[in-house]
Amino acid sequence: MSAELLALTAAQAGERVRARELSPGELFDAYRERAAADEHGSYLWVAEKAPDTPAGAPLGGVPVAVKDLFCVEGVPSSAGSRILEGYRPPYTATAVEKLVRAGAPVLGKTNQDEFAMGSSNENSGFGPVKNPWDPRRVPGGSSGGSAAAVAAGTAPWAIGTDTGGSIRQPAALCGLVGLKPTYGAVSRYGMIAFASSLDQCGPLTRDVTDSALLFRHLVGRDACDSTSLAFPEQVELPGSERLDGLRVGVWGLDEEGLDAGVAAVCRRAVDRIEELGGSPTEVQLPHAGHGLSAYYVIAPAEASANLARYDGVRYGPRSGDGDLLSLYEETRHDGFGDEVKRRVMLGTYALSSGYYEAYYGSAQKVRTLIADDFRAAFERVDLIVTPTSPTVAFKLGERTADPLAMYLSDYFTVPMPLAGLPAISIPCGLSDGLPVGLQLAGPAFGENRILDAAYALELALGFEGVPRGS
Amino acid sequence: MIDRQQVLHVARLARLRLSEQEVERMSSELSAILEHVENINELDLEGVEPTTHVVALENVLREDEPREGLPRGRALEQAPDAGDGGFRVPSPGQG
Repeated sequence: MSAELLALTAAQAGERVRARELSPGELFDAYRERAAADEHGSYLWVAEKAPDTPAGAPLGGVPVAVKDLFCVEGVPSSAGSRILEGYRPPYTATAVEKLVRAGAPVLGKTNQDEFAMGSSNENSGFGPVKNPWDPRRVPGGSSGGSAAAVAAGTAPWAIGTDTGGSIRQPAALCGLVGLKPTYGAVSRYGMIAFASSLDQCGPLTRDVTDSALLFRHLVGRDACDSTSLAFPEQVELPGSERLDGLRVGVWGLDEEGLDAGVAAVCRRAVDRIEELGGSPTEVQLPHAGHGLSAYYVIAPAEASANLARYDGVRYGPRSGDGDLLSLYEETRHDGFGDEVKRRVMLGTYALSSGYYEAYYGSAQKVRTLIADDFRAAFERVDLIVTPTSPTVAFKLGERTADPLAMYLSDYFTVPMPLAGLPAISIPCGLSDGLPVGLQLAGPAFGENRILDAAYALELALGFEGVPRGS
Repeated sequence: MIDRQQVLHVARLARLRLSEQEVERMSSELSAILEHVENINELDLEGVEPTTHVVALENVLREDEPREGLPRGRALEQAPDAGDGGFRVPSPGQG
């Protein structure tokens, strides 16, 4: 692939196609070859031939990499789990269907933590993913394959899912833009479920404009997902270069556990907000620090119910040669990885008789307190900025022995999904030569404002988003 | 602290066989995670309403109209063992 073609953002590549300077087939093949030759473990499946893109399609035929947990008809869709190895769904997820219709064909299925449970992609049933910035390090998770694919330039853009940070954290660790939309903005139909009250689909892209463009074609109410909602306004492509009058709340920069290098890079980004005319002030979210605890009750509880369907009866491999109970128990023993077993156990325990009120009931109340904290904060400020991840990309194997240490990676990203709110991570600089992400969160359906502010900040920060490994 | 007996009880509820080694590890790992999670008990939750759904939604209803479903053959084609138009499983056993 020519360096010139690779340097184009997805939006720019789409423009070239619409101006007839580039054929969509040529673009698809160029990326298909790069994806097939990928050395980071980003892909679980790569498309073989370019599909026909309707002339004049708004996304211009620019192919999209899709996290493995999206069902795509006839295409292996395993959510990174051995228990779904070889499964080829009979239908396609609404989010994918919408993108294909808008002119973004599926380039490949990307690696991920099994059932989206993880923050490093090391929990995949099909092997880890390497960070294109440093192959000894993790790309983050759970949408690690989507992030590594875009960062390495083996995909122009990608979609992932975020339950407690699974789009934003890998975006931060790979120097990308990752948007977790308002709960309900994008249909969950055909997304293999992890925690249904939290899961949302969103874009991982090289820049904010690509993020807005892809998001514009993902939103909308879907009769197949009764929790989806009509987006209340047109999703605009961002254009502001200033932040005049924008009240920005700053949270989390003094938290214990935040790496000093990451904090310094985030502080410089906050200074830029002021230079652009915004007014940063500290805000308190008194219960957000308990978000992690509430999250690690609610998400496993919902997962334990959602994952009950994997029993070796209707799809996937089957184990056991005794009675029906042993078929269930052996299939699940062989098919699930360590982290999935841990969460199923944790969730089942939290929902079991005698413990329900103490764990699940209390966690849902904490959720209310966190949503109230945000509501109060958004009476004083327009947006809230925080670090996305407490550290830069860590080494492969560094946190696998200690599940709790891994969970702490999600400290800054879990409060927003608990409250259903949208948030974006944008790259804001380097620490130890590795990307640092800044998170901007807003009120429900505040994506246009978030994208606009992120765009102005992106311009001012001038992060060099050149894909690695090219 | 989650002891061995509790691990085995929960594993049975979850229809999950654990190896001897997994039982040992699960006991210490779940205990550590639950100890951390229990910091929510520091909060005063008296009178706080639980949140089950983050976006205010009324019941979403649709007309009850018959529609085409997934054809039986398609529904069965991914099954590890299908026969006689259904999913085949071993006997549920006794008790």
